[in-house]
Amino acid sequence: MELLIRNGFVYDPVNGVNGEKMDIAIKNGKIVEKVNERRAKKIDASGMVVMPGGVDIHSHIAGGKVNSGRLLRPEDHFKDFERKTVTTRSGVGYSIPSTFTTGYRYARMGWTTVMDPAMPPLEAKHTHEELSDTPIIDKASYPLLGDWWFVLEYLKNGQIEECARHVAWMITATKGYAIKLVNPGGLEAWGFGRNVNSIDDPVPNFGITPREIIRGLCKVNKLLNLPHTIHVHTNNLGKPGNYVTALETMECVEDLADGDKPVIHITHCQFCAFKGDDWRTFESGAEEIANYVNAHSHVTMDMGQVIFTDTTTMTADGPFQYILYTLSGNKWVNHDVETETSAGIVPFHYRRKSFVHATQWSIALELALLIKDPWKILMTTDHPNGGPFIAYPRIIAWLMSRKAREATLKKINPKARSRSLLPSIDRELSFYEIAIVTRAGQAKALGLKNKGHLGVGADADIAIYGFNPEEMEPSKKYKAVRRAFKRAAYTIKGGQVVVKDGEVLKHMDGATMWLDVQLCEPCEIELNEDMKRRFKEYWTVGYENYPVTEDYLAVSHPITVKADV
Amino acid sequence: MMVNLYPLKELKLPIVAECINPDIFQGKKPAEIEKLEVWEGNKQKKLGELFKAEIAETEDASENTVVVIHGDISRVKRIGAGMKNGEIIIKGDAGMHLGEEMKGGKIAVYGNVLGWAGSMMKGGTIEIHGNAGDYLGAPYRGSTEGMKGGKIIVHGNVGREAGAHMHKGIVKIYGCAGQFAGFRMHGGTIYVQKDCEARTGACMVEGTIVVSGRIESVMPSFTIEGVKKKVKIEEGEVVETPFYLFLGDLTENGRGKLYVAKDKNPHLSHYEKYL
Repeated sequence: MELLIRNGFVYDPVNGVNGEKMDIAIKNGKIVEKVNERRAKKIDASGMVVMPGGVDIHSHIAGGKVNSGRLLRPEDHFKDFERKTVTTRSGVGYSIPSTFTTGYRYARMGWTTVMDPAMPPLEAKHTHEELSDTPIIDKASYPLLGDWWFVLEYLKNGQIEECARHVAWMITATKGYAIKLVNPGGLEAWGFGRNVNSIDDPVPNFGITPREIIRGLCKVNKLLNLPHTIHVHTNNLGKPGNYVTALETMECVEDLADGDKPVIHITHCQFCAFKGDDWRTFESGAEEIANYVNAHSHVTMDMGQVIFTDTTTMTADGPFQYILYTLSGNKWVNHDVETETSAGIVPFHYRRKSFVHATQWSIALELALLIKDPWKILMTTDHPNGGPFIAYPRIIAWLMSRKAREATLKKINPKARSRSLLPSIDRELSFYEIAIVTRAGQAKALGLKNKGHLGVGADADIAIYGFNPEEMEPSKKYKAVRRAFKRAAYTIKGGQVVVKDGEVLKHMDGATMWLDVQLCEPCEIELNEDMKRRFKEYWTVGYENYPVTEDYLAVSHPITVKADV
Repeated sequence: MMVNLYPLKELKLPIVAECINPDIFQGKKPAEIEKLEVWEGNKQKKLGELFKAEIAETEDASENTVVVIHGDISRVKRIGAGMKNGEIIIKGDAGMHLGEEMKGGKIAVYGNVLGWAGSMMKGGTIEIHGNAGDYLGAPYRGSTEGMKGGKIIVHGNVGREAGAHMHKGIVKIYGCAGQFAGFRMHGGTIYVQKDCEARTGACMVEGTIVVSGRIESVMPSFTIEGVKKKVKIEEGEVVETPFYLFLGDLTENGRGKLYVAKDKNPHLSHYEKYL
């Protein structure tokens, strides 16, 4: 099938296209030089913005804890439901939508690739079942390896290469995409009711520190040549004064960088940019973080924007969720995933009038605006921790328009308003920069070669938004920007039109991407014998039943990686 | 203005009709009212396909719209949801979620009502002359958004979890109440004139529950505070008989008050030795 998108204002930062009026040709799901103009189906995009399909580097859309969150919160769903149509299936929202609704809602906004960032290896099968049921979008998942016993042991003994081989096996066995570290060391400590309080605090029973885990896995990541860097949720997340920990975490891998290539991704950075000694003296540490990131090239990060709404927080960071529970007194779920990780869920309402919540809202925007290079700071809400992903159009409006920020600033807690740095920031992002923080930058950080751009050979994942940048100024007409991004005029996935005017036209399956890590020499026998014995001793699941086989994925999209070990 | 609604057939499928609301009916002609949309099962229908609407101009020139429904509408959900003014009179049984999130006005039912009547109510009055189902005035499952105001009067019996998560307002039950009356209560008053099943006031933090009849048991997490000669339910309604006063629920550090009639509950007399 051939498709021709005509006369749109194209924003394709990877190829340096900044709002030029041009045609995009698509053939067999890929972007091509040109197509037969008479035969191709044409889409008239004149007066509209054309961007690559959106990419989300960090959004909890599937897996054990997402599903527990759904069960925990019937009240989250009953006011926000979608009836089935001829093409789509029914489902519910709001902060933890069902799988089908997740796929449709992302597609409606023009997003086509989403990464689920926290998969306990033990629950990999569950995660992949849900990902397979999430329509339209392409997706992948990051296994949690920062508190994995084998990794801790290898690192303790300084066996980096053995650790790398083990991680390679794990990523392939869980069909994962990147190495995720959540509160490294802290989750293992949480199994014994403890936590680590700095990156040099030893992990009980293992005697190694979070610093060693972060550095070790960073080296492993390099040895395996994984496309993404290590994806780090820092220690001390959600505690006042934790910007120091975030800075230390970034500093501790500074020497591992070669050239300008990033080696660490600090995720939902807003939650680890808190200054102050306690909640009363709480303030923004965005400036310090931004200064560091502006001066260094080995880091990428994402925002973790807070939205003023009722949402559900869920992370693998059990101790942090316990703190949230004690703060809110809400119902909660806490879970210790055997030898691997932990998890917690707490419903949470971010309120405009709360000093802390309003400051958090401000911190994320300060980070996004103070970090000069948009390739380093990507847009997320850490869905659903900061707010549901359907709030992205609002964040885009805040980033593009000072007026939009001022409108919200007027309504927030006065103390938070007077301390916010936002009134002193004039920067307004252009569509070109928005295309970076929502797509191109995210795809680049993830190492996805065929996503996030519109060059020849890229996947034909395209979003078209009904906003004419020649006629309207986005900084003034921020409500029009919000409307345009809320309901994409067209979303094209794999060369097929799936959404038109915000309505889903077609149900299709997206692919699940995973890394097939190929080692220099196979070493499976030795690894298997040791692991089999350990699995027998410590796991509830047998070694033979543990790996996710490829036929488990509805649409499998392996990406081959050649490792250096 | 008075609007009479007559069901055209025996209603068998569940119907969601939040459009039956005096605020929406106000100033409309019968034909316009019949065009309002409802759901019957999984099909969208017009109200006119299920009900016949007639308007009778009332003599008193009060601006209130009165909606009178004649017949059994126990399959119809969400009647009067979110209403602010006016009155609904139901001469028959009514379905679930009656007066959900209502803010004002009045609903009177001369029959029985199913679950979640007055759920998340903020103001107004609901009077039920028959029995009420479970979750009277309670929020939807999982939610903590209980009653914030208004008044519910039930002349018959009610099911379980009446007044759960209540913050303000009053629930008066002149019959018996099921288990967990006043579950997780944060304020307001619940009065049960007759008997009450167990676990009354479980996890309550504040508020008042008065049981004039026999209570199956008082939870062990309640502590006895004293004996009172009479209890005031609301302005103009005082029950003059001795009551045990219990405080709880201690598992939640609560200071809620549970009054239980002394005469009807001799099985609680062993508490007196702690006074």
